[in-house]
Amino acid sequence: MGGLIKSSVAKKFAMALSGLFLVLFLAQHFTINFTSVIAPDTFNELSHFMGTNFLVQAVLQPVLIFGVCFHFIMGFVLEIHNRKARAISYVKYNGSANSSWMSRNMIYSGAVILAFLALHFYDFWVPELVHKYVQSHPEDPTRYYEETIAKFESPVRTGLYVISFIFLMLHLLHGFASSFQSVGWNNKYSKGIQGFTKAFAIIIPLGFIFIAVFHYINNL
Amino acid sequence: MKLTLKIWRQENANAKGKMVTYPIDGVEGDMSFLEMLDVLNEDLINKGEEPVEFDHDCREGICGACSLQINGEPHGPDKLVTTCQLHMRSFKDGDTIVIEPFRAKAFPVVKDLIVDRGAFDRIQQAGGYVSVNTSGNTIDANSIPVNKHDADDSFAAATCIGCGACVAACKNASAMLFTSAKVSQYALLPQGQVEATERVQNMVRQMDLEGFGNCSNTGACEIECPKGISLENIARMNREYMSATSKG
Repeated sequence: MGGLIKSSVAKKFAMALSGLFLVLFLAQHFTINFTSVIAPDTFNELSHFMGTNFLVQAVLQPVLIFGVCFHFIMGFVLEIHNRKARAISYVKYNGSANSSWMSRNMIYSGAVILAFLALHFYDFWVPELVHKYVQSHPEDPTRYYEETIAKFESPVRTGLYVISFIFLMLHLLHGFASSFQSVGWNNKYSKGIQGFTKAFAIIIPLGFIFIAVFHYINNL
Repeated sequence: MKLTLKIWRQENANAKGKMVTYPIDGVEGDMSFLEMLDVLNEDLINKGEEPVEFDHDCREGICGACSLQINGEPHGPDKLVTTCQLHMRSFKDGDTIVIEPFRAKAFPVVKDLIVDRGAFDRIQQAGGYVSVNTSGNTIDANSIPVNKHDADDSFAAATCIGCGACVAACKNASAMLFTSAKVSQYALLPQGQVEATERVQNMVRQMDLEGFGNCSNTGACEIECPKGISLENIARMNREYMSATSKG
């Protein structure tokens, strides 16, 4: 198994698994965020649980950070290798004749998502670490909702979130379905799976956009 | 019809190539693309110029020799045809046609539009075979029952002619469709089970050594393949590879 990750097939398999893991995380993140629209108290309870539970903080969070880092680093490594595989470009290349824009530009949609993650960490993760471990505030299970909606007072930040989620949608429209092919899943159920992945890729980012815009409008 | 051809000219493997423009007249819609190039070459020879070198052999879509990137697509705009089966009726009077060699680091240009596709031969040599007892006890293949669905899928995979259009079409210059077709045609048959574990590992290893890119499932290879080789083969190869690797 030592040399497994060296082969192109294994790298593809690993990219798919990390991608599927991140999709699961995205679904969970959306579910919790959506409660901020319909039930602020529930949002506070869930956020407090996620922020203080030992299993989430000590096990799932490091696994998530590893998954995110692995997916991005491997994505860029593969892109560099792929570019080397065609040292001289075509004078004329009609990519749209045989493939979708999303599938050909995963590296760009991924780069936008990476930039968004930096903003997202700056907005939420870093202040959370400072709050808990630097300033050592006592636990306050009711603070999360107010802190969250305050971030969406800025139209610029809300706009950046909306743009980022559009790129997330483009990334998922190819990536989610593609990961099933990469792990070897191509059979009579594939059409159904593709329909589900496309619906997920559209609904979840639109849901995140709705949450951001909802809080922005409520703050007006 | 009158056309303008923009063709990649390169003296040899080490020379720097460039696009050269050639006007051509009197092209008939019933001509094949290669016949059109024959007309151009006759004209060039009559003028004392060097003809354009391009690969061709059977000219009926089964040998996989012709390999032109035409207006940004391998084998041109028509689907499920090779360059030799592409007819000039697919173009209009006054069109400009850009003709380039298949581009990949693993397919170095030999001259003009000819590329060296020996990398495919080496992948095939790495595992594209089955063991057959030839000591006088050879079992007739027809006496071994094969599920019809598997036989059909195996045959479909075996229709790959190794032209390299999959590599040419892929934005990453990946050879996974070719390699997976060669893995699949044996993996689906009882005769292919003896070397199944080593086959997929050796062929993937050789594919990686040749310097092809990674598959990102754009599906361009399947669309541009003149034989319609399915992406299902890549999924099968991925399963076979992970299964073989877990066995050691």
